[in-house]
Amino acid sequence: MHGADGDHRPWTFYAFAAFFGLFVAFLYGPMIVIYILSFQGPQGGMTFPLNGVSLHWFYALVSQTRVGDIAGSFVRSIGLAALVAIITVALSVVAGLAFRRRFRGSVFAFYLAIASLIMPGLFVGLGIALTFRLLGLGTSWYTSGLGAQLTWTLPFGLLIMFAVLGRFNRSYEEAAIDLGATQWQKLNEVTLPILLPGIIGVALFGFTLSYDELARTALTAGSENTLPLEIWAMTTNVTSPTLYAVGAVTTIVSFAVIIVALSSIAAIERRRARSLTE
Amino acid sequence: MALVDQTVDGLAAGVMAPAESVAPDNSGERASWFQVAPLMVVLLLFFGLPMLVVLAVSFFDFDRTDIVPAFILDNYAELFRSEVTLRLYASSIKFALIVWAVTLVLGFNIAYFLVFHVRSLLWQIGLFLVCTVPFLTSNIIRMISWIPFLGRNGIFNQALEGAGITSQPLEFLLFSDFAVIVAYVHLFTLFMVVPIFNSMARIDKSLLEAARDAGAGRFRVVAEVVLPLSKSGIALGSIFVITLVMGDSFVVRTMSGGQSASVVSALQNEVAALQYPPAAASAVIMVIIVTLMVAGILRLVDVRKELAR
Repeated sequence: MHGADGDHRPWTFYAFAAFFGLFVAFLYGPMIVIYILSFQGPQGGMTFPLNGVSLHWFYALVSQTRVGDIAGSFVRSIGLAALVAIITVALSVVAGLAFRRRFRGSVFAFYLAIASLIMPGLFVGLGIALTFRLLGLGTSWYTSGLGAQLTWTLPFGLLIMFAVLGRFNRSYEEAAIDLGATQWQKLNEVTLPILLPGIIGVALFGFTLSYDELARTALTAGSENTLPLEIWAMTTNVTSPTLYAVGAVTTIVSFAVIIVALSSIAAIERRRARSLTE
Repeated sequence: MALVDQTVDGLAAGVMAPAESVAPDNSGERASWFQVAPLMVVLLLFFGLPMLVVLAVSFFDFDRTDIVPAFILDNYAELFRSEVTLRLYASSIKFALIVWAVTLVLGFNIAYFLVFHVRSLLWQIGLFLVCTVPFLTSNIIRMISWIPFLGRNGIFNQALEGAGITSQPLEFLLFSDFAVIVAYVHLFTLFMVVPIFNSMARIDKSLLEAARDAGAGRFRVVAEVVLPLSKSGIALGSIFVITLVMGDSFVVRTMSGGQSASVVSALQNEVAALQYPPAAASAVIMVIIVTLMVAGILRLVDVRKELAR
């Protein structure tokens, strides 16, 4: 609706736009550079110039054993991220619904979640590692590692649910009850479908935050590394573009997940908009 | 996907605003407890209990191979006696303050641009996503992507030499405090942008017009209308950035090439050497100090009151 007066922008608009452009370049520039450098030729080094173009370093990822267990850690990370996403959706969506009523202990529950969110990750990992040690349990990525990551994704999921529920119009639920729906029908056929885009958002955050998590997992993953741990070990002993190749691959995975999540949210919103006009 | 940006609204709607339901009845309360219980159990088991264990272990004794249950104050005494402690805290706090200042300036201006200059909602969402997406990709990869840029033979040095500005490569760019700060700003600015964007988005635009009509210049409108009304966002962003920097060890290790240290990176060394009780004591002190910093910010800005506004 402002389309017509687009020509009359103040000079500050252009100053801010340039500033924003620089910020975006700062944000994406270095990342783009390492994707380009991951196609470095076999003789090439860690920086420009490009010494030919090849997929050498991507092959090195899967073939060389001396870079470590990239493939294994990749599979573990995907599995763990899927598990974290499922648990985060299940627990934080249901917990979010609880906060729509006032209940004794809600303030405690809220602050516990916030504390869990902002506590330095390494401390959480240290605490879990010590607890497992004192209990005589061994640590592994699918027990202690999973728990450690949930202390980070669950509060995040809960905050997203607060945001989603804050915009939720309860009269739809009341209408369902007035029309004779049971509690279960109301939840299943009204509340959850309306909340679906938000729930996809929770799943997106659960998956990607787990997939990239380092600080909480470092002391709790046990003997088998997740991908970020493997990459971190590489940063100290690998001085070839393999490091960039692994970065390119892992970012492609992240982007694929983001695109799938965002386009399914967009598809749902479009379908809604269409059914409203029909 | 205005999910994250709605977080602050969510806090207000979900927890702090008076609940819409009438008098709390018992069955409703019981239902809420059932709903929140699974999440609480996980957080208590994997966060609450482990934190109590850290507190307990900070009083334990230890030998070469194992921790020995005890109640001694030696770990704390050692911490307070050592000069290294003070140096580490000075280093961590220095990083936190510099990164806080830089991200605040960046975050405020980016949020201001998005809220007050970008007029179409679609563009606003699009540009907001452009800022948000890197947050969902790997932090380590974003960190190491500065290496080809800042290295001795990196792009920046090549450009400077190519332009004839310098004749020798600048050495301070990579593996230095400078590189650490660049990486922190790169990783954490988003945590400042989102909350400030949020509070600015709720400012009634007619207030700005009123201020302008009353004769205030651009700068005064920002200083006397926008800034005070964005206080809660600034406070939340500051809390995020300061706790992230104070709690970090991976960025400071990698980007300083081991030349700088922070409290938490020193703690990580102790853990690697299996010295759990001193590490636990150091963690306890760190949590107390960070909590005091957060409390200080909350004292300056009553976030809850601002949110309920």
